[in-house]
Amino acid sequence: MSKLHHSRVPAYLDFLQSMSGLILALFIVGHILFEASILLGPDAMEKMTLFFEGYYFFGARYPIIITLLAAFIFALFILHAALAIRKIPSTYLQYKTFKTHKDRFRHEDTSLWMVQVVTGFAMFFLGSVHLYFMMVNPSKIGPYLSAQRVVEGWMWPLYLLLLFCVVLHAFVGLYRLALKWGWFEGKNYRTSRKIMKRLMRAGIAAYIVIGLASLGTYISIGLHLDETPAVKVDK
Amino acid sequence: MSDTKPRKLKINILRYDPHIKGDEPHIDTFEIEEAPGMTLFIVLNDIREHHDASLKFDFVCRAGICGSCGMLINGKPGLACSTLTSRLPDEINLAPLPFFELIGDLSIYNGKWMRGMNERLETWIHHKEKELRDIDRIEEPMDPDLAEEIYELDRCIECGCCIAGCGTIQMNENFVGAVGLNKIARYRLDPRDERTDADYYELIGDENGVFGCMTLLGCEDVCPKKLPLQSKIAYMRRQMVKTGLNNNIRKCNCLQHEEKMPEH
Repeated sequence: MSKLHHSRVPAYLDFLQSMSGLILALFIVGHILFEASILLGPDAMEKMTLFFEGYYFFGARYPIIITLLAAFIFALFILHAALAIRKIPSTYLQYKTFKTHKDRFRHEDTSLWMVQVVTGFAMFFLGSVHLYFMMVNPSKIGPYLSAQRVVEGWMWPLYLLLLFCVVLHAFVGLYRLALKWGWFEGKNYRTSRKIMKRLMRAGIAAYIVIGLASLGTYISIGLHLDETPAVKVDK
Repeated sequence: MSDTKPRKLKINILRYDPHIKGDEPHIDTFEIEEAPGMTLFIVLNDIREHHDASLKFDFVCRAGICGSCGMLINGKPGLACSTLTSRLPDEINLAPLPFFELIGDLSIYNGKWMRGMNERLETWIHHKEKELRDIDRIEEPMDPDLAEEIYELDRCIECGCCIAGCGTIQMNENFVGAVGLNKIARYRLDPRDERTDADYYELIGDENGVFGCMTLLGCEDVCPKKLPLQSKIAYMRRQMVKTGLNNNIRKCNCLQHEEKMPEH
């Protein structure tokens, strides 16, 4: 043994990377579903907005709740990015070495990691734009206001890219987390892994479909906003 | 026996001997007629006997227990002696395991790296010296299930396939790899080893150890002995996080060692 008292920091870093990722992934699993309330109609989405603004608890709308929630998620997002960046290839040589290995090996879980690197990197930018906007404009969420932002605010290309990145990153991440820590190993961990991989694929497919359908609906509403002038969002 | 003609196998071998001046890496192709029950061990011997006597490759046991014939078989690490050609396509690409020191052609010096890893992780039973001196002492009985569990992990043959399949070690050459983490898991199970989790933390509690593992699971998927690497690395990660997050680690009951720490 060369050192008697190893630093405890690596344990904290590893633990925090996993935990921040877990919370973010679970948040996304909920977030995309809540967003999809638009598929049940503008009224359902409106009720969802009122719920998150605390209307049903306090009898009034408090968009500050959204700001606080967005700030918390933003903080976790930055923490997770800071921790995960340790793993991303930082030199061309490292990148090239890994890519050669991945291409030669043709091993799914190794290739999936490259997916996480690429989507994670893209989200440094895509995720930051989205989170900042939500944090500073908490009252501009609703079936028509969101639709307006998506179409007139030109957010749809960003949301489209973000959807693919976040869904892939979150579900591949959840799969890897379970294997990394040995969760749900059951009696035969190899069988569990196969089941978890199927769940991961199903999750990705389902959330991409749901996400695209929601985004499509917001775009459709946004394109026809002029035809529904009677709508008044702020009651 | 079927009347169909045996397959003609096209064997492409990446050849290079760093010890021969002026030698350049190149591919040599050999055509071999497939025989029933043929393994790559048989193929390579056939090539050396009938085609090219200068081909370098390692074999000892030809039964999957010596760990010397690990190589890249169509890009995937595996043991040549336990790979049947019937499970491979007509064209087979062979290359030496990457990462290890190359002796020549398919022969690598994995033993050198393994020795370094074993010394670094101290993969032997740590027992109080005075007790070890008493050779007449009867060994403590061990629960058969536990003995079985230890044996399961002890089946590692140090072939190096897990290292060649590891994405992490590609970017961090100091990483101990699945072979190292599996060994720590093995000694941790063994009641004869008196080391505590704090001691193991000293060995693998950093990014060259268990926290460096990114769970790409190449190791798990290529291990020719089907060792439970995924499960054991996860287990060691849980134990090491518990140890690292435990505030008492600084008062750890570390074993004394000869190496003197600098005086303050």
